[in-house]
Amino acid sequence: MSDKITDYEVQSSESSMPVNTSTMHNLRYALVGIVFGIVFVRAEIVSWFRIQEMFRLQSFHMYGVIGSAVLVGMISVWLIKKSGVKAIDGMPVTFQPKKFHKGQIFGGLMFGLGWAMTGACPGPLFAQIGSGVTVVLVVLLSAVAGTWMYGYLKEKLPH
Amino acid sequence: MIELIKKPWPWYVAGPLIGLIVPALLLLGNKHFGISANLRHICAACFPANIPFFQYNWKKEIWNLFFVGGILTGGYIAAQWLSDGNAVSIAPALASELRSYNITDTQHLLPQEIFSWEHLLTLRSFILLVVGGFLVGFGTRYAGGCTSGHAIMGLSNLQWPSLVATICFMAGGFVMANVLLPFILNL
Repeated sequence: MSDKITDYEVQSSESSMPVNTSTMHNLRYALVGIVFGIVFVRAEIVSWFRIQEMFRLQSFHMYGVIGSAVLVGMISVWLIKKSGVKAIDGMPVTFQPKKFHKGQIFGGLMFGLGWAMTGACPGPLFAQIGSGVTVVLVVLLSAVAGTWMYGYLKEKLPH
Repeated sequence: MIELIKKPWPWYVAGPLIGLIVPALLLLGNKHFGISANLRHICAACFPANIPFFQYNWKKEIWNLFFVGGILTGGYIAAQWLSDGNAVSIAPALASELRSYNITDTQHLLPQEIFSWEHLLTLRSFILLVVGGFLVGFGTRYAGGCTSGHAIMGLSNLQWPSLVATICFMAGGFVMANVLLPFILNL
Protein backbone atom coordinates (compact mmCIF):
# COMPACT_ATOMS: atom_id res chain seq x y z
CA MET A 1 0.00 0.00 0.00
CA SER A 2 1.48 3.32 -0.98
CA ASP A 3 1.91 6.20 1.40
CA LYS A 4 -0.50 8.22 -0.67
CA ILE A 5 -3.34 6.26 0.81
CA THR A 6 -2.36 6.42 4.47
CA ASP A 7 -0.36 9.57 5.07
CA TYR A 8 -1.25 12.97 3.74
CA GLU A 9 1.35 14.96 5.58
CA VAL A 10 4.30 14.28 3.31
CA GLN A 11 3.40 16.53 0.42
CA SER A 12 6.63 16.46 -1.53
CA SER A 13 6.37 12.74 -2.31
CA GLU A 14 3.02 13.37 -3.95
CA SER A 15 3.97 16.18 -6.26
CA SER A 16 6.76 16.97 -8.62
CA MET A 17 6.63 20.63 -7.71
CA PRO A 18 10.02 22.09 -6.83
CA VAL A 19 10.57 22.58 -3.10
CA ASN A 20 12.65 25.40 -1.72
CA THR A 21 14.84 24.00 1.04
CA SER A 22 16.92 27.11 1.71
CA THR A 23 17.09 28.35 5.28
CA MET A 24 16.06 31.88 4.32
CA HIS A 25 12.93 30.59 2.63
CA ASN A 26 12.03 28.29 5.50
CA LEU A 27 12.45 30.92 8.22
CA ARG A 28 8.94 32.12 7.39
CA TYR A 29 7.58 28.85 8.74
CA ALA A 30 9.65 29.28 11.89
CA LEU A 31 8.00 32.68 12.38
CA VAL A 32 4.52 31.17 12.03
CA GLY A 33 5.64 28.51 14.51
CA ILE A 34 6.74 31.13 17.04
CA VAL A 35 3.32 32.78 16.95
CA PHE A 36 1.71 29.36 17.29
CA GLY A 37 3.95 28.43 20.23
CA ILE A 38 3.10 31.66 22.06
CA VAL A 39 -0.63 31.08 21.54
CA PHE A 40 -0.27 27.48 22.75
CA VAL A 41 1.33 28.51 26.02
CA ARG A 42 -0.61 31.73 26.73
CA ALA A 43 -3.98 30.06 26.08
CA GLU A 44 -2.84 27.08 28.19
CA ILE A 45 -3.61 24.67 25.34
CA VAL A 46 -0.41 22.84 26.27
CA SER A 47 -1.60 22.41 29.85
CA TRP A 48 -2.23 18.86 31.02
CA PHE A 49 -4.99 20.29 33.24
CA ARG A 50 -6.89 21.82 30.30
CA ILE A 51 -6.79 18.50 28.45
CA GLN A 52 -8.08 16.65 31.54
CA GLU A 53 -10.92 19.20 31.84
CA MET A 54 -11.79 18.73 28.18
CA PHE A 55 -12.09 14.95 28.48
CA ARG A 56 -14.10 15.27 31.70
CA LEU A 57 -16.42 17.93 30.23
CA GLN A 58 -15.40 20.28 33.03
CA SER A 59 -14.52 23.26 30.88
CA PHE A 60 -15.55 24.74 27.56
CA HIS A 61 -12.10 26.21 26.87
CA MET A 62 -10.61 23.53 24.59
CA TYR A 63 -13.88 23.01 22.72
CA GLY A 64 -14.01 26.75 22.09
CA VAL A 65 -10.39 26.79 20.89
CA ILE A 66 -10.71 23.81 18.53
CA GLY A 67 -14.22 24.77 17.35
CA SER A 68 -13.33 28.36 16.49
CA ALA A 69 -10.03 27.27 14.91
CA VAL A 70 -11.89 24.85 12.63
CA LEU A 71 -14.46 27.51 11.75
CA VAL A 72 -11.80 30.07 10.82
CA GLY A 73 -9.85 27.38 8.92
CA MET A 74 -12.97 26.32 6.99
CA ILE A 75 -13.83 29.86 5.96
CA SER A 76 -10.20 30.46 4.94
CA VAL A 77 -9.98 27.31 2.82
CA TRP A 78 -13.32 28.14 1.19
CA LEU A 79 -12.14 31.67 0.37
CA ILE A 80 -8.81 30.40 -1.01
CA LYS A 81 -10.56 27.84 -3.24
CA LYS A 82 -13.23 30.32 -4.32
CA SER A 83 -10.79 33.10 -5.20
CA GLY A 84 -8.13 30.82 -6.71
CA VAL A 85 -5.49 32.96 -4.99
CA LYS A 86 -1.88 31.78 -5.34
CA ALA A 87 0.80 31.49 -2.70
CA ILE A 88 3.16 34.47 -2.38
CA ASP A 89 5.76 32.79 -4.62
CA GLY A 90 3.16 32.39 -7.35
CA MET A 91 2.77 28.71 -6.59
CA PRO A 92 -0.80 27.41 -6.91
CA VAL A 93 -2.49 26.33 -3.66
CA THR A 94 -3.48 22.68 -3.92
CA PHE A 95 -5.61 20.34 -1.83
CA GLN A 96 -5.62 16.55 -1.73
CA PRO A 97 -8.72 14.60 -0.78
CA LYS A 98 -8.20 12.15 2.10
CA LYS A 99 -9.31 8.56 1.70
CA PHE A 100 -10.77 6.60 4.55
CA HIS A 101 -8.78 3.69 5.97
CA LYS A 102 -9.00 1.75 9.22
CA GLY A 103 -5.93 3.48 10.59
CA GLN A 104 -8.00 6.58 11.17
CA ILE A 105 -10.04 4.52 13.66
CA PHE A 106 -7.34 2.36 15.30
CA GLY A 107 -4.62 4.98 15.15
CA GLY A 108 -7.09 7.68 16.16
CA LEU A 109 -8.10 5.77 19.29
CA MET A 110 -4.45 5.14 20.18
CA PHE A 111 -3.57 8.78 19.77
CA GLY A 112 -6.59 9.76 21.88
CA LEU A 113 -5.39 7.53 24.72
CA GLY A 114 -1.91 9.06 24.52
CA TRP A 115 -3.31 12.59 24.29
CA ALA A 116 -5.14 12.23 27.61
CA MET A 117 -2.04 10.66 29.23
CA THR A 118 0.53 13.23 28.16
CA GLY A 119 -1.79 16.23 27.83
CA ALA A 120 -0.18 16.91 24.49
CA CYS A 121 -0.61 16.40 20.80
CA PRO A 122 2.55 16.61 18.72
CA GLY A 123 2.54 20.43 18.42
CA PRO A 124 2.12 21.21 22.11
CA LEU A 125 4.92 18.72 22.90
CA PHE A 126 7.41 21.18 21.44
CA ALA A 127 5.80 24.16 23.19
CA GLN A 128 5.87 22.30 26.53
CA ILE A 129 9.60 21.66 26.13
CA GLY A 130 10.19 25.28 25.11
CA SER A 131 8.22 26.57 28.10
CA GLY A 132 10.73 24.84 30.37
CA VAL A 133 9.24 21.43 31.18
CA THR A 134 12.30 19.65 29.84
CA VAL A 135 11.20 16.19 30.98
CA VAL A 136 8.76 16.26 28.06
CA LEU A 137 11.83 15.47 25.93
CA VAL A 138 11.23 11.92 27.13
CA VAL A 139 7.68 12.05 25.75
CA LEU A 140 9.01 13.39 22.45
CA LEU A 141 11.63 10.64 22.15
CA SER A 142 8.98 8.07 22.95
CA ALA A 143 6.70 9.56 20.30
CA VAL A 144 9.54 9.29 17.75
CA ALA A 145 9.98 5.66 18.81
CA GLY A 146 6.24 5.09 18.37
CA THR A 147 6.33 6.60 14.88
CA TRP A 148 9.33 4.42 14.02
CA MET A 149 7.54 1.32 15.27
CA TYR A 150 4.53 2.18 13.12
CA GLY A 151 6.80 2.45 10.08
CA TYR A 152 8.37 -0.89 10.98
CA LEU A 153 5.01 -2.68 11.41
CA LYS A 154 3.06 -0.79 8.75
CA GLU A 155 2.66 -3.63 6.26
CA LYS A 156 1.33 -5.96 8.95
CA LEU A 157 -1.27 -3.54 10.31
CA PRO A 158 -4.87 -3.36 9.03
CA HIS A 159 -5.46 -0.28 6.90
CA MET B 1 -1.80 45.83 26.71
CA ILE B 2 1.16 43.84 28.00
CA GLU B 3 -0.81 43.12 31.21
CA LEU B 4 -3.62 41.69 29.09
CA ILE B 5 -1.18 39.50 27.15
CA LYS B 6 0.24 38.13 30.37
CA LYS B 7 -3.15 36.86 31.52
CA PRO B 8 -4.31 33.47 30.14
CA TRP B 9 -5.81 34.07 26.69
CA PRO B 10 -9.49 33.22 26.23
CA TRP B 11 -10.56 30.63 23.67
CA TYR B 12 -12.09 33.19 21.32
CA VAL B 13 -8.67 34.79 20.88
CA ALA B 14 -6.59 31.60 20.72
CA GLY B 15 -8.92 29.53 18.49
CA PRO B 16 -9.21 32.02 15.59
CA LEU B 17 -5.43 32.66 15.73
CA ILE B 18 -4.80 28.92 15.40
CA GLY B 19 -7.34 28.74 12.58
CA LEU B 20 -5.40 31.46 10.74
CA ILE B 21 -2.34 29.19 10.66
CA VAL B 22 -4.18 27.22 7.95
CA PRO B 23 -4.31 30.05 5.36
CA ALA B 24 -0.94 31.42 6.54
CA LEU B 25 0.84 28.17 5.64
CA LEU B 26 -1.12 27.74 2.40
CA LEU B 27 -0.33 31.26 1.24
CA LEU B 28 3.30 31.24 2.37
CA GLY B 29 4.14 28.23 0.22
CA ASN B 30 1.24 25.80 -0.30
CA LYS B 31 1.96 23.96 2.96
CA HIS B 32 -0.71 21.94 4.71
CA PHE B 33 -1.04 22.43 8.43
CA GLY B 34 0.03 19.19 10.11
CA ILE B 35 2.56 18.74 12.86
CA SER B 36 2.87 15.03 13.62
CA ALA B 37 4.60 14.42 10.26
CA ASN B 38 7.74 15.95 11.75
CA LEU B 39 8.10 12.81 13.90
CA ARG B 40 8.26 10.81 10.69
CA HIS B 41 10.81 13.22 9.22
CA ILE B 42 12.96 12.80 12.34
CA CYS B 43 12.85 9.01 11.84
CA ALA B 44 13.64 9.37 8.14
CA ALA B 45 16.57 11.65 8.91
CA CYS B 46 18.04 9.78 11.89
CA PHE B 47 16.97 6.11 11.87
CA PRO B 48 15.61 5.14 8.43
CA ALA B 49 16.87 1.52 8.86
CA ASN B 50 15.85 0.55 5.32
CA ILE B 51 12.18 0.73 6.27
CA PRO B 52 10.22 1.75 3.14
CA PHE B 53 8.04 4.16 5.16
CA PHE B 54 11.15 6.22 5.93
CA GLN B 55 12.69 6.14 2.44
CA TYR B 56 11.88 9.55 1.06
CA ASN B 57 13.66 12.84 0.73
CA TRP B 58 12.93 14.32 4.16
CA LYS B 59 14.90 17.43 3.24
CA LYS B 60 12.02 18.41 0.97
CA GLU B 61 9.83 18.51 4.10
CA ILE B 62 12.26 20.59 6.09
CA TRP B 63 9.77 23.44 6.43
CA ASN B 64 7.95 21.31 9.01
CA LEU B 65 11.08 21.09 11.17
CA PHE B 66 11.49 24.89 10.98
CA PHE B 67 7.84 25.15 11.98
CA VAL B 68 8.24 23.02 15.13
CA GLY B 69 11.51 24.79 15.92
CA GLY B 70 9.43 27.97 15.92
CA ILE B 71 6.82 26.39 18.21
CA LEU B 72 9.57 25.47 20.67
CA THR B 73 10.95 29.01 20.55
CA GLY B 74 7.47 30.49 20.93
CA GLY B 75 6.89 28.33 23.99
CA TYR B 76 10.11 29.66 25.49
CA ILE B 77 9.24 33.31 24.73
CA ALA B 78 5.74 32.94 26.19
CA ALA B 79 6.96 31.30 29.38
CA GLN B 80 9.93 33.64 29.91
CA TRP B 81 8.54 37.04 29.07
CA LEU B 82 4.79 36.88 28.54
CA SER B 83 3.57 35.08 31.66
CA ASP B 84 2.34 36.62 34.90
CA GLY B 85 3.57 33.60 36.84
CA ASN B 86 0.18 32.93 38.41
CA ALA B 87 -0.96 29.37 39.05
CA VAL B 88 -3.15 27.67 36.45
CA SER B 89 -6.76 27.94 37.60
CA ILE B 90 -8.46 24.60 37.21
CA ALA B 91 -12.01 23.32 37.60
CA PRO B 92 -12.78 22.59 41.29
CA ALA B 93 -13.97 19.07 40.47
CA LEU B 94 -10.68 18.30 38.73
CA ALA B 95 -8.65 19.85 41.55
CA SER B 96 -10.34 17.68 44.17
CA GLU B 97 -10.01 14.54 42.05
CA LEU B 98 -6.31 15.22 41.50
CA ARG B 99 -5.80 15.86 45.23
CA SER B 100 -6.91 12.29 45.86
CA TYR B 101 -3.92 11.18 43.75
CA ASN B 102 -1.60 13.57 45.62
CA ILE B 103 -1.40 15.95 42.69
CA THR B 104 -1.60 19.48 44.06
CA ASP B 105 0.87 21.51 42.00
CA THR B 106 -0.93 23.94 39.69
CA GLN B 107 1.94 26.40 39.49
CA HIS B 108 3.09 24.87 36.22
CA LEU B 109 1.16 24.03 33.05
CA LEU B 110 1.89 20.38 33.82
CA PRO B 111 1.78 19.01 37.38
CA GLN B 112 5.28 18.56 38.79
CA GLU B 113 4.20 15.41 40.62
CA ILE B 114 4.09 13.67 37.23
CA PHE B 115 6.07 15.80 34.78
CA SER B 116 9.47 16.32 36.34
CA TRP B 117 12.82 14.56 36.11
CA GLU B 118 12.75 13.55 39.77
CA HIS B 119 9.41 11.77 39.34
CA LEU B 120 10.15 10.26 35.92
CA LEU B 121 11.11 6.89 37.36
CA THR B 122 7.99 6.53 39.48
CA LEU B 123 5.67 3.96 37.95
CA ARG B 124 2.83 6.35 37.12
CA SER B 125 5.06 9.02 35.59
CA PHE B 126 6.94 6.47 33.55
CA ILE B 127 3.70 5.01 32.17
CA LEU B 128 2.19 8.42 31.41
CA LEU B 129 5.28 9.88 29.73
CA VAL B 130 6.81 6.88 28.00
CA VAL B 131 3.75 4.81 27.10
CA GLY B 132 1.70 7.96 26.48
CA GLY B 133 4.37 9.38 24.18
CA PHE B 134 4.63 6.10 22.30
CA LEU B 135 0.85 6.04 21.74
CA VAL B 136 0.94 9.64 20.47
CA GLY B 137 3.69 8.80 17.96
CA PHE B 138 2.29 5.46 16.83
CA GLY B 139 -1.35 6.59 16.78
CA THR B 140 -0.87 9.83 14.88
CA ARG B 141 1.10 8.17 12.11
CA TYR B 142 -1.32 5.22 11.91
CA ALA B 143 -4.17 7.72 11.66
CA GLY B 144 -2.19 9.81 9.16
CA GLY B 145 -2.36 12.99 11.21
CA CYS B 146 -3.07 14.58 14.57
CA THR B 147 -5.20 17.37 15.92
CA SER B 148 -3.68 19.83 13.45
CA GLY B 149 -3.64 17.62 10.33
CA HIS B 150 -7.01 15.98 10.81
CA ALA B 151 -9.09 18.00 13.29
CA ILE B 152 -8.10 21.43 12.00
CA MET B 153 -6.71 21.10 8.44
CA GLY B 154 -8.80 18.06 7.47
CA LEU B 155 -12.08 19.43 8.81
CA SER B 156 -11.33 22.85 7.29
CA ASN B 157 -11.08 21.10 3.93
CA LEU B 158 -14.33 19.17 4.68
CA GLN B 159 -12.71 15.73 4.60
CA TRP B 160 -14.97 13.17 6.25
CA PRO B 161 -12.15 10.70 7.04
CA SER B 162 -10.70 13.50 9.17
CA LEU B 163 -14.00 13.71 11.03
CA VAL B 164 -13.80 9.96 11.73
CA ALA B 165 -10.23 10.41 13.00
CA THR B 166 -11.21 13.38 15.18
CA ILE B 167 -14.11 11.45 16.73
CA CYS B 168 -11.71 8.59 17.49
CA PHE B 169 -9.16 10.99 19.05
CA MET B 170 -11.90 12.25 21.37
CA ALA B 171 -13.22 8.74 22.12
CA GLY B 172 -9.73 7.54 23.07
CA GLY B 173 -9.24 10.59 25.27
CA PHE B 174 -12.55 10.14 27.05
CA VAL B 175 -11.81 6.49 27.80
CA MET B 176 -8.33 7.28 29.07
CA ALA B 177 -9.28 10.27 31.23
CA ASN B 178 -12.39 8.72 32.79
CA VAL B 179 -11.75 4.98 32.85
CA LEU B 180 -8.03 4.18 32.73
CA LEU B 181 -6.31 7.24 34.17
CA PRO B 182 -7.71 6.81 37.71
CA PHE B 183 -5.92 3.44 37.91
CA ILE B 184 -2.66 4.82 36.53
CA LEU B 185 -2.69 7.88 38.80
CA ASN B 186 -3.25 5.65 41.83
CA LEU B 187 -0.07 3.65 41.13
